[in-house]
Amino acid sequence: MIKTVRGLGVASAALVLTVGLAACGSGGDDNAAGGDTGAELSGEVKVDGSSTVGPLSKAAADIYADEQPKVNVTVGISGTGGGFKRFCNGETDISDASRPIKDEEKAACEANGVKYVELIVANDALSAVVSKENTWADCLTVDQLKKIWEPGSKVNNWNQVDPAFPNEPLKLFGAGTDSGTFDYWTDAINGEEGAHRTDYTPSEDDNVIVQGVSGSKGGLGYFGFTYYEENADKLKVLKVDGGAGCVEPSVATAQDNSYKPLSRPLFIYVSDKGVAKPQVKNFVDFYIANIDEVVKEAKYVPLTEAQKTTLKSEYDSLPKA
Amino acid sequence: MSILSGSNVPAAAVRRGRRRVGERIIEALLVIAAVVSIATTIGIVISLAVPTVEFFGEVSIVEFFTNTQWTALFADKNYGVAPLLVATLWVTAIATLIAVPLGLGAAIYLSEYARPGTRRLLKPILEILAGIPTVVYGFFALTFLNPGLVELWPGATKPEFQNLLVAGIAMGIMIVPTVASLSEDAMSAVPHALREGAYALASTKMQVATRVVVPAALSGIVAAIVLGVSRALGETMIVTIAAGLKTAGIPASPTEGAATMTGYIAGAGQGDLPVDSLDYLTIFAVGATLFAFTFVLNAISIRLVRRFREVYE
Repeated sequence: MIKTVRGLGVASAALVLTVGLAACGSGGDDNAAGGDTGAELSGEVKVDGSSTVGPLSKAAADIYADEQPKVNVTVGISGTGGGFKRFCNGETDISDASRPIKDEEKAACEANGVKYVELIVANDALSAVVSKENTWADCLTVDQLKKIWEPGSKVNNWNQVDPAFPNEPLKLFGAGTDSGTFDYWTDAINGEEGAHRTDYTPSEDDNVIVQGVSGSKGGLGYFGFTYYEENADKLKVLKVDGGAGCVEPSVATAQDNSYKPLSRPLFIYVSDKGVAKPQVKNFVDFYIANIDEVVKEAKYVPLTEAQKTTLKSEYDSLPKA
Repeated sequence: MSILSGSNVPAAAVRRGRRRVGERIIEALLVIAAVVSIATTIGIVISLAVPTVEFFGEVSIVEFFTNTQWTALFADKNYGVAPLLVATLWVTAIATLIAVPLGLGAAIYLSEYARPGTRRLLKPILEILAGIPTVVYGFFALTFLNPGLVELWPGATKPEFQNLLVAGIAMGIMIVPTVASLSEDAMSAVPHALREGAYALASTKMQVATRVVVPAALSGIVAAIVLGVSRALGETMIVTIAAGLKTAGIPASPTEGAATMTGYIAGAGQGDLPVDSLDYLTIFAVGATLFAFTFVLNAISIRLVRRFREVYE
C-alpha cells in the first residue's frame, strides 16, 4: 500500500517536472543568465529545510535539470529548524527557511565556521475562504479565526463567531497535518505550530478544499493565496484583521507584508563553502536568474523589483571562491 | 505442468539425460518463483516490524489500543488507533452489506437462471467492473454519489462532504464482481446430478438454487466473500478520496468523514513527514495493525472454508 502511494507521488512529481520543463522552454532559456551555461557540470547540491520553501527549491531543481542534467540536486524537508541544524554542521549547501535564522542557530553556524548569506526568494500568503453564498462575513479578526481553529474549539456555528452572523453551521476545511500550509496557519493563527482543532476536514489536495467550501453555505477553509487566485470565481476570500484593520489578501499586500499575519517572506540560506563548489554556485546563479519562473512554478507570490534587486546584491555580498 | 510431463513421457526412455536437465531447470525456476513470493512476504513483515517495535518503544501499547483519539500529527498528540480501526470497520461493513446480496444474487442468476448465451455476454461485462481503477471509484463516490446522497438524505443532519457511508457504497460496488464471479464459478462446479435429483423430487427452480446449489457451493461462496472483504479492508484510494482524512475521535455514525487505517497511511505518506521522526513511525504502527487484522481474518476464513467444504463424487 505504501508503495502504491509512493508510486503515485513519483508519478505526480514527474508530471510536475514535465510541466516545469515545458514552462522553462517558453521563457527560462531567454533569461538564463547563469553564466557558464557552456560547461557541463556534475556533482551534488544538497538542500534541506522548511517544507514550505521545499517546493520552491524543488521547482528550481526541476527547471535546472534541463540545463545541467548531471548535477544531482537533492531537496530535503526536515523543517526550518532541522534544516539549519544540518546547514550549520556543514552538511548542506543551501538551507530552506520560512523564518529568519535564530540567534542560537547563528551561534552554531559561527562555531562551525559556516559563513552564509540570507536571501528572500518569494512571498508566501495564505487566504481564508468562504462560499460565494456567504453574505454575512467579509472580514474576520485573528482572534475570531483563533477561536474557530484553536485546539479543542467548540465553535460549530457562524453565530458563535459573531452574534451578528446568522445561525448557519460552520463546516471547516483545512490543510493536511504535514504540509507547510498547516504549519504556517497554526503558527500564525493559533500561535504554535501544529496546534489545531482536529474535527475539521483535512486535505493535502487543495481541490478538495475548493469543492468542499464552495459546496457548503457555511463552509470555511484556508490554503495558499495563489490557489485562491486560480479559483476566485468559485470562492469568496475573507479580509483578515491582524490588529491594524481589515486587509484583503492580494499580491501587493503580500509583497509589502501589510496582510498580517498571513503573509511572510521565504528565505534560502547559502553557505560560502557551498558556493565554493562550482555546481552549487551554478545552481544558485540559476535559481536567482530564473526566480520569477521558479516562484510561478511553486505557486507563491512573486518578488517585487526592489526585492529582486536586494536578492542580487545580497547574493553578491557572499564571498565566493 | 501436466501437458509438459505428458509430452515428455514417450521420449523419456530414449533421451533420459536431456529430460533430466530440462526438468531440473524447470524445477529450479519453479522453486525460485515460490521462494521469491515467500521472501517478499518475509521482507514486508520485517520492514513493518522494525519501525513498529521502534514506535512502541516510544508510545505504550496500552495507549495505542485504549486511547480513543488519534491526533498523531497535531501539536497535542494522542496515539489511539481506535478511530482509524472503527472507520475501517464501518466502511468494510457497509461494503459487505452491499456486495454480498448483490454479488450472490448476480451469481445465482448467472449460474441457475440465465441462458448460456446471456451468461456468456453478462459475465465478462461484470468482470470489467473489477478492472476499473479504484481512484475512479473514489472520485465517482465524491463527485457523483455523495451529492445525490446528500440531496436524498431524509434526516436533518446531512452526511458530510466526505463520509464513510459513501466510501462504503462505492467500495461495495467495487467488490461485487469479485464476489459474483467467484461465487458463480463455485456454483457452476456443483455436479449436475444434484440439481437433477432435486428436480426429480419436484423442487422448483428457486428451491434448487437456494437449498441445493448454494449449500453445496458454500465453501467457494465463503471464499469469494472473504476475498471481497479483504480487498475492502486494504482498499486505499476510495477511502482517501471519499471518506477523507479526518481523525477526530471515534466516528459514531457513517455519515461522518473519517480516516481509515489505509487512508491515514496514504494521507501521512503523501505529505512532508520527516523520516526518522515518531510521526513517520506511526505509518508503520498502523500498517502493522492492519496487517495483523487481515492476517487474523484470513486465518478465520480458511477455517470457515474448510468447515463448509462438501466433497461430491
